[in-house]
Amino acid sequence: MESERRQRLYRAEAVIIKRRDFGEADRLVTCFTREHGKLTLLAKGVRKITSRKAGHVELFTHARLLVAKGRTWDIITQAECIQPFLPLREDLQRTGYAYYAAELLDLLTQEQDPNPELFELFLATLERLGRAEEPRLPMRYFELHAMGLAGFQPELFVCLNCQEPIRPAQNYFHVGRGGVLCEACGPAANGARPISLPALKVLRYMQTHPYAELEALRLRPAVHAELEEVLFQYLTYTLERSPKSVQFLHLVRERVNHGMMPAGPAGGPNGESSPV
Amino acid sequence: MELAKPVARLIEEFARLPGIGPKTASRLTYYLLRAPAEQVLALSDAIRQLRERIVYCQVCYNISEEPVCPICANPQRDHSQICVVEEPLDVMAIERTGEYHGVYHVLHGVLAPIEGVGPEQLKIGELVQRVRQGEVREVLLATNPNLEGEATAMYIARLLAPLGVRVTRLAHGLPVGGDLEYADEVTLRQAILRRAEM
Repeated sequence: MESERRQRLYRAEAVIIKRRDFGEADRLVTCFTREHGKLTLLAKGVRKITSRKAGHVELFTHARLLVAKGRTWDIITQAECIQPFLPLREDLQRTGYAYYAAELLDLLTQEQDPNPELFELFLATLERLGRAEEPRLPMRYFELHAMGLAGFQPELFVCLNCQEPIRPAQNYFHVGRGGVLCEACGPAANGARPISLPALKVLRYMQTHPYAELEALRLRPAVHAELEEVLFQYLTYTLERSPKSVQFLHLVRERVNHGMMPAGPAGGPNGESSPV
Repeated sequence: MELAKPVARLIEEFARLPGIGPKTASRLTYYLLRAPAEQVLALSDAIRQLRERIVYCQVCYNISEEPVCPICANPQRDHSQICVVEEPLDVMAIERTGEYHGVYHVLHGVLAPIEGVGPEQLKIGELVQRVRQGEVREVLLATNPNLEGEATAMYIARLLAPLGVRVTRLAHGLPVGGDLEYADEVTLRQAILRRAEM
């Protein structure tokens, strides 16, 4: 009896990456768990204002869950927040980055496919996105390593064509083949894009060094832009779709970088100019 | 045996509604088949009217029978205070408190980056326009206290900042009938930070 009861319940350490309303007051919550990989769980009654679970299963919280096996969906019976990642909630730009990271994780994983390393990386990324002065750095680190942990680690050290070590010259990145081509092979390959030396260096450094050593890097805006472009092309090619949250991220970032948000949605439906 | 066409068609239509599966759809259909004619016609009429008579208020985008809803048309309401909500149902909830005497603005959703819902899909530009035109003193952001609602509120607050209008946010705190032991950290923290004098 006791063992049977134990089997019907299980524990999971989870980060909430997506949710949608379900029925009257419930939500279907997509969690990435350390033990079981990605799971879709039913959180009952969490849209009621007095729900005891609601605050613990908010988006991007790290929580300990007790889950009961159900027929269609397993049900969250208890939830306890470990880390709410407050900075991600208090700054729109960081919220945007967190959405993007969560969407990438969702696209890169299948249900019930445990990947504890990817779990750790995601958790660390949420923490870094909340703390980093320049959130682009932990974001790029996440993109590169999450792709790697999902089985799409790009080759950055030898040419994919001639197998010669990459030399400091004008090299190329090929999204379809998943890595770099040397200065001789690149121009002949269809779909290869040039990659600058500094950008390639940073990618290689990111691939081989822990994040802590990366933190001190100060990159020029052009290098940031190039890294973002190369990795984004690589992952949209590999995932065969483009993450939707990027649009939001760009929208928010544009406005932050311009110091103040313009009064009307820039280039939006009204297209009016700011009076101030 | 093939179902009679009108029956099959109604089952199909019912099954498209949220929360209704094929079984419930056929049960409802067979119920209506046997129900008194007046009841069935009243239902079909109600559905038709919903479509034909309900429009969005030109000012606040709440659902309304008139081009301008009763709240926006009421001179007793304080038109210098705008309460921004996600859905028409939220207007009802705030009206029930009897504490709010300003007007509303209904966004019809929240920013949801992963679903691809951006500011253009919501009535955000219209709100900015309203604030810029009218004699608005205060905008009260009453989106839901979850991440999407919070992000939407932050976004709007930033858009409105250059306009010099007072922007407030619905307070966060503990629900009546709640239990401290089960309160989450974020809510409890807000409740402490924004504690009130007794």
